[in-house]
Amino acid sequence: MVTEPARPWQPPRMIESPAHRRLIIGGVALYGLLALVTVDIDPARIAEGLTRAGEFFAGWLRPDFVTRWTDIRAGLLESLAMTAVATAAALLLSVPLGLAAARNLVPGPVYTAARGVLAIARAFHEILVAILFVAMFGFGPFAGVVTLVVGSVGFLGKLLAEAVEEIDPAPLEALSAAGAPWASRVVFGVFPQVMPRLLGLALYRLDINFRESAVIGLVGAGGIGATLTTAFSRYEFESVSAILILIIGMVFTAEVISGRLRQRLL
Amino acid sequence: MPVLERGDTREWRRRTSREQWLRFLGALALTAALVAASATISAQTTWSFVLDAGAQLRDLGMRMFPPDGSYAVSVARPLLDTLHIATLGTALGVVMALPLAFAAATSTTPSRLYVRPLAILLLVASRSVNSIIWALMLVVLLGPGLAAGVLAIALRSVGFVGKLVYEAIEEAPELPVMAMETTGAGRAQALAFGLIPQILPTMAGVSIYRWEINIREATILGLVGAGGIGMALQASIDALRWSRVSVILLAILATVVFAELVSARIRRALA
Repeated sequence: MVTEPARPWQPPRMIESPAHRRLIIGGVALYGLLALVTVDIDPARIAEGLTRAGEFFAGWLRPDFVTRWTDIRAGLLESLAMTAVATAAALLLSVPLGLAAARNLVPGPVYTAARGVLAIARAFHEILVAILFVAMFGFGPFAGVVTLVVGSVGFLGKLLAEAVEEIDPAPLEALSAAGAPWASRVVFGVFPQVMPRLLGLALYRLDINFRESAVIGLVGAGGIGATLTTAFSRYEFESVSAILILIIGMVFTAEVISGRLRQRLL
Repeated sequence: MPVLERGDTREWRRRTSREQWLRFLGALALTAALVAASATISAQTTWSFVLDAGAQLRDLGMRMFPPDGSYAVSVARPLLDTLHIATLGTALGVVMALPLAFAAATSTTPSRLYVRPLAILLLVASRSVNSIIWALMLVVLLGPGLAAGVLAIALRSVGFVGKLVYEAIEEAPELPVMAMETTGAGRAQALAFGLIPQILPTMAGVSIYRWEINIREATILGLVGAGGIGMALQASIDALRWSRVSVILLAILATVVFAELVSARIRRALA
């Protein structure tokens, strides 16, 4: 038996080998320094910006809901309408796509094709997709709805496919032993196991879609984002803060409601 | 289990009559809301534009392909800027999120009545506003360039990282911390050796996940002037150089895929 000199106990580290650890930490620190150098902070510009920042923050303290109320209300209703329609449509479309992307339900080529479609739907940021659809469909909420649908189908389809791949195969086997065709096997064997999860995800996506509808308005796809950028370009900071407060409040409320509903579902 | 009696026979029904009415009215209300929403949207849509969308897509496709290979070299520097924005922004966001997460978790907050609601409010505010909106405001304040982008990414990441970390803190068992305090450790020692090792894998995993999402977000921040490849994209779109736009889109796709692979690899090594 080999005896070692007594060493004070040290907690186990995240990266065990000392050579690796020093290399990684050194590399990250070096990168951080190099990256910081490229960020040029121009003090003169910041000084100029500070006066405007002062007006901006003064606007935060005096949110003005009244002056632009008709615009704000129209924008909010448009955002809500876009969110509702897009999430409902995406829920319907994601079911066949998600089922087709589940390895345990479909043959190989169908699986690969469906996974490819889902990956492409998720690849680009919503704003880039919105720019494409605004170019195709013109300004307005229609392009926004299509953008939100593409993003939501990618999200819901992928998570639905993962949920379907994790189900208990026993009910499916029992149904096929009793002679059920493929459609019945899916409806009575798969759906009862994944539907609560899918509905929960759809409620979560409802919240995300509302946040995104605020953003795609920047490129002309409708919703409250357009009202926000208009107010901002006019330097009406009181209206800007009013709109932001409304967005934050609605997102928070939607999160609380959807959290409760999801708990009731599961 | 509701049972219906028809004369001699007893039939089983899945739901009571009241439940069925509620379900029907609920479905009716939901459908009515969706129809009203669709009507609102359709009123704002120029249908002639929608119908010729196919022609528009074909036109755009013809202009965008083939991609302009000679432009590919000029894309490298903006891509590097985008990487810097995402990395520095995530680092800053994580640094800001950690104290907020500790202030927002019931077990570690200094004051449940005052500090915790404030911390949660800050986290929610940061999560509700997308980074491009922060970037829009910061470009006005700080001028165009990387600084606005880094700060915008940081502000958005605070909410995401902070929420997941404080949920992890609340779910971590209190036993190790209590055990250490009974043997005489101070509060800071007990937290450092009892709580932090439990949440460290979650913290690291969440930060890497947010870094991957931030790469995606950073690519478009340049559209509002906050630096990175988005500015090259905006310039090319404004100049109607669509063959360059397709080069930039391909570069963005490659970067996002690369970031996803790196992040998945690191998170697998952590788990």
